[in-house]
Amino acid sequence: MRHTLRLSLLAAMLAVSTACVTINIYFPAAAAEKAADRIIDEVWQLREGAAAQPANGERQ
Amino acid sequence: MKIHAMLRAALAALFLAFAGVAAAQGNLEINTPAITALQQSMQQRHAQLAPLYASGAVGLARDGTVALRDASSVPLAQRGQINGLIAAENADRAALYREIARANGHPEWEADVRATFAQRWIDRAQPGWWVQGGGGWVKK
Repeated sequence: MRHTLRLSLLAAMLAVSTACVTINIYFPAAAAEKAADRIIDEVWQLREGAAAQPANGERQ
Repeated sequence: MKIHAMLRAALAALFLAFAGVAAAQGNLEINTPAITALQQSMQQRHAQLAPLYASGAVGLARDGTVALRDASSVPLAQRGQINGLIAAENADRAALYREIARANGHPEWEADVRATFAQRWIDRAQPGWWVQGGGGWVKK
């Protein structure tokens, strides 16, 4: 009886800890910065040759 | 049969964990139709916003948005149009931050994505543009 209780407690703890590892992954700051720079390049037309693209279909 | 189901569940959990690790170490996914569309919409609007950044009427705010900084530098007749531009830009930006977080399987990253963009917009603003620092607006 006590064994079953201890075992199920252990299983529950294990499940919770693995769930935490899966969910609470750190925000990848360096990757996000790279992604931001790539998008900013596009939006502000900062890359070489990007300015040559025609902007058709005006939206607002 | 029961073992198969358990094995499948374990495999799925493993995949999820690896997907998270891959996202944490490699690049963020930004090549989705929604993100591309927002990017194009913002790129087209930039032609209208760039002179407003240069004149100081509109500045880059700390929270990853654009803001009307100096309304007096804009003729009264144009203020409505400029407010519309700012609202449209900020709507696209909010959607962009949300979509990037969601495309990478972590909607809770939205605020972090926003903060990262806010910093990069300001860092990469052109000389003469106004950006919002800790102590208020400054001209780059």
